[in-house]
Amino acid sequence: MAPHDLRRPFKRPLISDQEKRRQQSLLRQAQNRRDAQNHARFLASTALSLEQPHELEPEPVSAPELHDELIPDSEAPESPKELDVVEASKLKGAEARKWFAKQLMHPEWMIDIPENLSQDWFVFARPSGKRCFVVSCNGTTISRLRNGSILHRFPSELPNGARRKDSSGPAQSYSILDCIFHEVDQTYYVIDMVCWRGYSLYDCAAEFRFFWLNSKLAETGACEPPSHYHKYRFSLVPVYCCDQSGLCAAYTGSVPYVKDGLLFYNKHAHYQTGITPLALVWKDENCSQYVMDTDSKGQVPNHQQVVLELQEGGKLCTSDDPPVVFGCLDGGFMHESELHSGCLVRFAIGEGGLVLVDGKLEKADLNYLGKANRARASADSFSKVMFQYSVRHSPLRIDDLLGSVNSAADESNKVCDIEMDG
Amino acid sequence: MAMEVTQILLNAQAVDGALRKQAEENLKQFQEQNLPSFLYSLAGELANDEKPAESRKLAGLILKNALDAKEQHRKIELVQRWLSLDPTLKAQIKALLLRTLSSPSVDARSTVSQVIAKVAGIELPHKQWPELIGSLLSNVHQLPAPTRQATLETLGYICEEVSPDVVDQDHVNKILTAVVQGMNSTEENNDVRLAAVRALYNALGFAQANFSNDMERDYIMRIVCETTLSPDVKIRRAAFECLVAISSTYYEKLAPYIQDIFNITAKAVKEDEEQVALQAIEFWSSICDEEIDILEEYGGDFSADSDIPCFYFIKQALSFLVPMLLETLLKQDEDQDQDEGAWNIAMAGGTCLGLVARTVGDDIVPLVMPFIQENISKPDWRQREAATYAFGSILEGPSPEKLEPLVTMALNFMLTALMKDPSNHVKDTTAWTLGRMFEFLHGTALDTPIITPANCQQIVTVLIQSMKDVPNVAEKACGALYFLAQGYEDAGSASSPLTPYFQDIVQALLTVTHREDAVESRLRTAAYEALNEVVRCSNDETAPMVVQLAPLIMLELHNTLENQKVSSDERQNELQGLLCGCLQVIIQKLGSSEPTKYHFMQYADQIMALFLRVFASRSATAHEEAMLAIGALAYATGPDFAKYMTEFYKYLEMGLQNFEDYQVCAITVGVVGDVCRALEEKILPYCDGIMTQLLKDLSSNQLHRSVKPPIFSCFGDIALAIGENFEKYLLYAMPMLQSAAELSAHTSGADDDMTEYTNSLRNGILEAYSGIFQGFKGSPKTQLLMPYAPHVLQFLDSLYMEKDMDDVVTKTAIGVLGDLADTLGSSAGPLIQQSVSSKDFLKECLSSDDHLIKESAEWAKLAISRAISF
Repeated sequence: MAPHDLRRPFKRPLISDQEKRRQQSLLRQAQNRRDAQNHARFLASTALSLEQPHELEPEPVSAPELHDELIPDSEAPESPKELDVVEASKLKGAEARKWFAKQLMHPEWMIDIPENLSQDWFVFARPSGKRCFVVSCNGTTISRLRNGSILHRFPSELPNGARRKDSSGPAQSYSILDCIFHEVDQTYYVIDMVCWRGYSLYDCAAEFRFFWLNSKLAETGACEPPSHYHKYRFSLVPVYCCDQSGLCAAYTGSVPYVKDGLLFYNKHAHYQTGITPLALVWKDENCSQYVMDTDSKGQVPNHQQVVLELQEGGKLCTSDDPPVVFGCLDGGFMHESELHSGCLVRFAIGEGGLVLVDGKLEKADLNYLGKANRARASADSFSKVMFQYSVRHSPLRIDDLLGSVNSAADESNKVCDIEMDG
Repeated sequence: MAMEVTQILLNAQAVDGALRKQAEENLKQFQEQNLPSFLYSLAGELANDEKPAESRKLAGLILKNALDAKEQHRKIELVQRWLSLDPTLKAQIKALLLRTLSSPSVDARSTVSQVIAKVAGIELPHKQWPELIGSLLSNVHQLPAPTRQATLETLGYICEEVSPDVVDQDHVNKILTAVVQGMNSTEENNDVRLAAVRALYNALGFAQANFSNDMERDYIMRIVCETTLSPDVKIRRAAFECLVAISSTYYEKLAPYIQDIFNITAKAVKEDEEQVALQAIEFWSSICDEEIDILEEYGGDFSADSDIPCFYFIKQALSFLVPMLLETLLKQDEDQDQDEGAWNIAMAGGTCLGLVARTVGDDIVPLVMPFIQENISKPDWRQREAATYAFGSILEGPSPEKLEPLVTMALNFMLTALMKDPSNHVKDTTAWTLGRMFEFLHGTALDTPIITPANCQQIVTVLIQSMKDVPNVAEKACGALYFLAQGYEDAGSASSPLTPYFQDIVQALLTVTHREDAVESRLRTAAYEALNEVVRCSNDETAPMVVQLAPLIMLELHNTLENQKVSSDERQNELQGLLCGCLQVIIQKLGSSEPTKYHFMQYADQIMALFLRVFASRSATAHEEAMLAIGALAYATGPDFAKYMTEFYKYLEMGLQNFEDYQVCAITVGVVGDVCRALEEKILPYCDGIMTQLLKDLSSNQLHRSVKPPIFSCFGDIALAIGENFEKYLLYAMPMLQSAAELSAHTSGADDDMTEYTNSLRNGILEAYSGIFQGFKGSPKTQLLMPYAPHVLQFLDSLYMEKDMDDVVTKTAIGVLGDLADTLGSSAGPLIQQSVSSKDFLKECLSSDDHLIKESAEWAKLAISRAISF
């Protein structure tokens, strides 16, 4: 119970310089630990594929023709080299072009209606325009077309999308959006989000990616009208659950852009590079100007044309993995037409048409037209050929889709009833 | 044996060393051979009025030390030892102790009251000795004055020893009644009154309920106030100490009494002896502390949920308080600036004035300015010094708008006074005031700078000149330079007005460190501190000069190490500490940008060699500084640090084993983290040793608890560095983490300190989990972590339910949820979905206002969505 000392610091700072050094060290260590953790969290969360450097195929440098751009097709699968997004974001020039050309997810064409359409799928009206990846990083934003070539380089309100002092977070953290550039209103319509502020969303379900896209994009101001630091407006696309009302809204609802068909995304599917059956495209005359393929003059040919790849043994294959074989050329004909394995060859489908048994191609009546345009990088996919075929013969109509959504609802009711009885 | 005890105890205090040693040996043997009998003999000795005062006193002291120790682990041992003794024996000892309170010997009484309190400190929390308070209280009412005094002292010690929750309210009421009655002026014996006042001081923490009762509080306050008027100076002082304690414990109950208290304190400050006046001033300083805290916490915005409202006592008393305090400033001691331990009424009054300025802000300025103007030019140094001190005191608190014109006006005057005033005392305060001006009114954030390129040269010249003055003035000049440099900290790469003088400033500071009298008045320390700040706040322009400074400081360190071979003393070690500190700042500065780092790296080998030599000294401070500097070096060097590891490792291990100087241990743990991040997987060869040491540290009850949280964080650093190689440590580290997690999950009933500690422990544990999960990510061995996932999730859930995490823990916790999901992926999906954390906790964090929490939560949401989608 000795009287307590009441001396206070006099003409001296409350903490010594040593204490200050100690605290600063602790702060530095805590910061370094946080950086190391964040680094570990971002890094290696996704490894994406990069083609082997030795496969230097000639590639189109300019943007492909509009009509070609609108039609999903694929490129031959190549042996992947693991490369994460962080490294990829540092690529420049041709390397970057090659890498980005592989990164878009491409829908198959809808040739039959998936089960549980109403429950497991989203639907939205696809904006008409150039499909591209938009990458914002280090104070600039770059959009790249599906072949990897640059469409625009511009400042934007996306994270680190413009050189500004007030940006939050590390400047090198990148964001990648899957967009369609709509010429008429000079707007990027965002149809998917692949990376956001350094976080990769490749391994996230579509449901989550759309949620994230909806909640994050608006926060940035990227949806605001263009300004000095924001050259193009970004805009969200209304995405619906694929039930009766959602499907109707996507099909008939008015949107600020020109529609080019409907896109269907499976809610549980990750963002998968290349062609995937978990995203589907469907078109009819009401919602797209480009239902049927056109030739190089923009005319719809009398007979459906297909481009197939000539493989070993004269097999004519689609670009799918595994490929679907449409027929076979004999050696003599190949020699005569100077065709060799690896060539892309154009055919017209004759009166015999395509014969399917149990969904599998049994027979195809193909008439040789010639080698495909040199700009073509790959053959048609099976679903594309089939969709184009069905458009000419027995198209899948909106009523069929609506019907399946209704019957799905009925079915689930039925299942429910049975369980109640049990 | 009992016969011998007296002699042994006397011998143990003998002048003859051999005799003393023998006696100490005997006591030790006795204690080891038969503890119960030993303790009983001591209690008997203490109680026996026939025995000599010296042996009784030592008996009491040994008894006290057998019940309590400073070191936490020893304390716990002693408590357990006492509790396990035979109850009958303990009852006998306690009876002897209580009897001793009535002893005619004043020494025996005062010793036994402390022993009784120690026993109470052990037994009351275990619901033992229930009759103690009752029997003490029965003493208070009847027995002769000396016993009453000893009994009141005992009650006071008990209140100091035990926490309020182990004494029931009925006993508290009775203790307070007895104590306050003892203070009453009807008690004629001054010793009893003094004991009562001091007991009340300790009992105040028990009086929550009584202070909430208007009548009881009025009574206590009336008696305390009356006691401040006692004719006995010790009693008056003790009564003011009670008022000081009440001001912080029961601030919100003071409103009805504040006017009376002001009158009492004003009288004491004016008329009473200094020891009483100091307490009276402290009352107002303490009120300022309370109001500053309240205003800081709530920003002056009082909503219904504010715990304690601000009563603005200082603001209300301002016009009386300020003149009272200004008056004290004129009562300086002649040589107070040379005396490190000085504390007098002028110092206390000036300190209080500074606190008042922080409490009320602008309002103080018009009340102080006339005093300054009146006195600043007077022939009497006391008046000039008081005026200067008053000005310096009010520079923190009032707005820059209010002060800036005054400071601009005063600056030239002060610079002249620092050069020309004949009084060292005035110069000391003037230099300090200049430092305060720079500290609070100079910086890139302020609108109108008081320092311009025009007056910068003059300021620097005067300060450098002043560094040649007597040590106490030179020390303050270094301090002023410190803040002058600090003002340019945020100037960025913009040109600093100090750049042209950089070389001169550094040279002047180095010269100061070489002064013969640099060890006086902390001068050398102040010079190095200023040098450190000048380096910290340097910019691109001056970076080359900082690079040149490095070899100079290295040479200094080299020289002290060479001198040490000849003679080693405290000062040599202190200097090594300062030099290591300075090198740490240089390393951190030069390491922070690529071009300077490149230039600095030429010295890395030499500098590391010097640091390693510092470890040869015995000084904990020097070790600590060298370790901190090595951490900075590891960070700057990166993977190349590997080449130092063979030599450095043994010191790293030594640091981790240093339980005694736990600061060294804590800093070494931090440096392990730095080295992990620098070396990454190259740390692997050293991990067996490091992990062994860290695990030992954790299981030790000797190591200060504050080191344990950083050790857990360090597990995370190691795991992140070596990835799946952490596998072999899982078996040891995980159970430790689990049991620590269980202990730290609940804080219920703990005080603020304990809650804060628990949160730091939680953070350490969570950082460990985070590092381990991230370290294993992508490895084929991730499934090894699966068995631990349920526990980690449970821990997160219980933390969430407990609702007492701070923001840092919240951020780390939600991050761990993400890390777990990220690494274990879909195999942990169902577990994650079952946890509350993945739903409510995550949802709360996602909508947090705290940017870092939100960011971590978004990461967690993302990782979880990956884990639970197929």
